[in-house]
Amino acid sequence: MSTLKKTFLDPIFKNNPIGLQVLGICSALAVTSKLETVLAMSVAVTLVVAFSSLAVSLIRKHIPSSIRIIVQMTIIASLVIVADQILKAFFFEISKSMSVYVGLIITNCIIMGRAEGYALQNSPMKSFVDGLGNGAGYSVVLIFVGVFRELLGSGTLLGQTILPLVKNGGWYQPNGLMVLAPSAFFLIAVFIWIVRTIDVSQQEE
Amino acid sequence: MNGLLDIFIKSIFTENMALGFFLGMCTFLAVSKKVKTSIGLGVAVVVVQVITVPVNNLIFTYVLKDGALSWMSESFSSVDLGFIGLITYIGVIAAMVQILEMTLDRFFPGLYNALGIFLPLITVNCAILGGTLFMVERNYNFAESVVYGAGSGIGWALAIVLLAGIREKLKYSHPPAGLKGLGLTFVIVGLMAIGFLAFSGI
Repeated sequence: MSTLKKTFLDPIFKNNPIGLQVLGICSALAVTSKLETVLAMSVAVTLVVAFSSLAVSLIRKHIPSSIRIIVQMTIIASLVIVADQILKAFFFEISKSMSVYVGLIITNCIIMGRAEGYALQNSPMKSFVDGLGNGAGYSVVLIFVGVFRELLGSGTLLGQTILPLVKNGGWYQPNGLMVLAPSAFFLIAVFIWIVRTIDVSQQEE
Repeated sequence: MNGLLDIFIKSIFTENMALGFFLGMCTFLAVSKKVKTSIGLGVAVVVVQVITVPVNNLIFTYVLKDGALSWMSESFSSVDLGFIGLITYIGVIAAMVQILEMTLDRFFPGLYNALGIFLPLITVNCAILGGTLFMVERNYNFAESVVYGAGSGIGWALAIVLLAGIREKLKYSHPPAGLKGLGLTFVIVGLMAIGFLAFSGI
């Protein structure tokens, strides 16, 4: 049991997919201006990683290695289509504001990376937990970025006013930079800086 | 004509794939350590983008769009295959990359040696799939999709070469230990993105 727990917890801080493995940044940054879309994206990615790892691991002994990439792609693409259809059916507004980035989960390198690097060698149970852990590690970074961007950029969290804005008679002058895309880069840089200051072994030469 | 030029300029500068939409970030950060390799990757992305976006455009218009199959027979006019779009596009991209790789290997060995190692990487580059998805979302026609493919590819290549140029010089800097490497690269990409925002006035 403890190895499963370790498999789950390791990717969250020690071996974070975004902070250390540099995977999955593509779709991560663009959806972070609102916490709502961040949560939708996190849940979608976590489930897709977990289930694609599970599926790849289940059939790992039957996949010829020369065509494994295309097999993985097909599994991932099918799962993403399911996620996309569910979002469209039940959360249409969120799905609209995420536009093409739902489809881009397919090319999110975390999913491919875990299937290729972990699920192909490990048992289905372990691969599933590893997928959940990596999804959680990805979500932690996304939520960190999303909370700061929405709170400082528009004074709200999940649409609820936390810091009353000046233009609405409050006191908070919103930081326009946080609404713009580049702020996500700075926030991730800060996140990496904090993690690497605490855990010195992650620092680069 | 004006519309096409507009799409071209827009896709290179104001709607830059890498710096405006954060697409292709994994390769963008991983392969931008040297100017030379990043030029190779940039060219490969432009080539693949110019081929896949128009091909996917044709597939979308004549197979996947709501009622697109009506050219085959009247009874197909109510068929909407939009939901299998994602899997089709990624299949087309994977196949195109494979064909391109084999063609280059057979007829242009010099070019193949220069670009070869980057081609497989491109299948999972979100800029390529992103280009196709934006093309579908914005309903570009065939001519527009060719121009958009070229423009977005060139924009991405431009961004990665610029970043590689800056990173080569960074070797001589002394940032705080925790920020070294990846952290500092993020800060620089952020600053570049702000720089590119300035183009939005054009």
